[in-house]
Amino acid sequence: MKYLAEYRDPKLARSLVDRIRREATRRWTLMEVCGGQTHTIVKQGINEVLSDAVEMIHGPGCPVCVTPLEQIDRALHLAARPDVVFTSFGDMLRVPGSECDLFQIKAKGGNVRIVYSPLDAVELARRSPDKEVVFFAVGFETTAPANAMAVWRAKEQGVRNFSVLVSHVTVPPAMVAILDAPDNRVQGFLAAGHVCTVMGWTEYEPLALRYRVPIVVTGFEPLDILEGIWMAVRQLEDGRHEVENQYVRSVRREGNRPAQELVERVFQVVDRGWRGIGVIPASGLGLREEFADFDAERKFALGFIRADEPAECRAGDVLRGRIKPFECPAFGAACTPESPLGAPMVSSEGACAAYYNFGRFRRAAGED
Amino acid sequence: MASLASGPVCPLPRGDHDRVQLGHGSGGKMSAQLLREHFLPRFRNEHLDRLGDGAVVPVEGGEIVISTDTFVVSPLEFPGGNIGDLAVHGTVNDLAMMGATPRWLSAAFVLEEGLPFDVMDRILNAMARAAAAAGVAVVTGDTKVVDRGKADGMFVNTTGVGVLHDGFRPRPDSARPGDAVILSGPVGRHGMAVMAVREGFAFESDITSDTANLAPLVAALRTEVGAAVHVLRDATRGGVASALNEIAGASRVGVELDDHAVPVPGPVQAACEMLGLDPLYVANEGVLVAFVDPAAAPRVLDVLHGFSAGAGAAVVGRVVPGHPGMVVLRTGLGGTRVVDMLPGDQLPRIC
Repeated sequence: MKYLAEYRDPKLARSLVDRIRREATRRWTLMEVCGGQTHTIVKQGINEVLSDAVEMIHGPGCPVCVTPLEQIDRALHLAARPDVVFTSFGDMLRVPGSECDLFQIKAKGGNVRIVYSPLDAVELARRSPDKEVVFFAVGFETTAPANAMAVWRAKEQGVRNFSVLVSHVTVPPAMVAILDAPDNRVQGFLAAGHVCTVMGWTEYEPLALRYRVPIVVTGFEPLDILEGIWMAVRQLEDGRHEVENQYVRSVRREGNRPAQELVERVFQVVDRGWRGIGVIPASGLGLREEFADFDAERKFALGFIRADEPAECRAGDVLRGRIKPFECPAFGAACTPESPLGAPMVSSEGACAAYYNFGRFRRAAGED
Repeated sequence: MASLASGPVCPLPRGDHDRVQLGHGSGGKMSAQLLREHFLPRFRNEHLDRLGDGAVVPVEGGEIVISTDTFVVSPLEFPGGNIGDLAVHGTVNDLAMMGATPRWLSAAFVLEEGLPFDVMDRILNAMARAAAAAGVAVVTGDTKVVDRGKADGMFVNTTGVGVLHDGFRPRPDSARPGDAVILSGPVGRHGMAVMAVREGFAFESDITSDTANLAPLVAALRTEVGAAVHVLRDATRGGVASALNEIAGASRVGVELDDHAVPVPGPVQAACEMLGLDPLYVANEGVLVAFVDPAAAPRVLDVLHGFSAGAGAAVVGRVVPGHPGMVVLRTGLGGTRVVDMLPGDQLPRIC
């Protein structure tokens, strides 16, 4: 397939693997931030073929995984209301709340629908004036512009029966939280290519400088990731700590200005809870006051819904790279993709599910 | 809250098991659980317990195969077919996978009030054409009509009866170490063709369903290759990945797939990339998986290549002595990953 096959060429990939292994004088520890990158790494076995040169820690960049239990419970509460059509991206539906998940609410009569674009949810609201249509606005800076656009358009078109349950998070504060931890092991980052397509990389420059870590803006195909790893390893070997851009076909330093402006007009920076990690100051986006009518939390007065996360789940340690998923005592026992305890086991991009689905064989063979 | 030291107890009172969810119809682990916990214990018998695509039952003078399948698809008509030819091919193929020659079909219809006659007639025409082409007669049937909103236009059940032949008994539990794993054609067409025209998916594609009668391919394998064909399975709901997992489980063998060898049509790959789906789990309606003696593999490919439904046939993997019950894929990089059965339906990824 054009524009994909080129980035999956096994011969080129193997030569990059060889180069990384040749140039690494020791085993380096890198974190890929984004769940999409985790997916490729585990799906292609990149961590396996590089294991003697690089340890890959799977970062907190899966929006499904970091959405706090409380927000999931609020989503479940809304979806169960007879006057609500609850719309969401597909993989949020199996995320366990305190009592159940959205699939189970659907089976009990809730009107839950998968959409591919928040604008489809606005359109659904326009066509269903007798229903309240709520969209679950989750994700990083990548999904924020489209979600901002949905709210913007709903306001412009006077679609009063549309609202969003917001759980937006941003990458740089999470990286700071990881780097500030006293037991941090991460020596370099692959920054998320699609986040940087929107935001550019200027935010990362002070981080690279302050924490003396290489940060490589990286794409999602096998060759992208291998090249990103190679660039990070080369910086570490040279003793450099800069922001470099591997994903040149998509990312510019300043990012996508119109998208940033739209996000800025609709959202403001807020403190946000991360599942498994807790509240990180100024790490999320919430609707601005002038869009309060479209804020499902206010519209339906959801503030009373609170939740504590199960103590057995060590998702936070996994997301911060302190333990590998299989080092969690619940992994594969109390917690499986069929009956997930924590969110990283739910999404196919979640670090735990990725390990469960793609990694059991390697551990069985004693290779990892 | 339960401590982990006391055993693997899920602390979430999730109420998983109190009602049917859509995932129970996915062909994945939830479907298997539904059968295991609710259906099979109540109907136990030696024929059912084998869990083949159909049941082999004794009759005077020999054995016959019976298979049944219910078809629900939205929309009723999709590029490359409709629920009518699907309902014939589905049951005919299930009989064929047991090694039988399909002979007779029953057809039962649940019709929704308001279904236009012209739509229904097109579907019945397709069904009649498919049955005639497959050499099966629809010998009995039933119609019921339900209120508007209680069925998706039309649901169809077909039950088929086929006759067996001496010396040809492919079964899901008969895979052996060393077997070559063969796919009869490219994967993912039916699922993506239906998805492309379903409401809410605004992408254009020229993907057509692969719905096809596979019985002629099986008949040719029977006469040309015979007992060296150990397992046949049509890779419908849950895709090739689920079919291979079922076989690996039933035969207690390991299956190893070569990533680059699995044929995926360009447009299917593109649509899957866009929606975040894995083509290995997407439904097919005209693709069979064959486990054959490796020495017979070239002959099997020759035979399959003689049919349009088998033109893309390829060896995609092998049965290995290690990791029984598990399907493992070798990536182009030389890495490995487990291709597990999914819990429920495949969910589109967020970004």
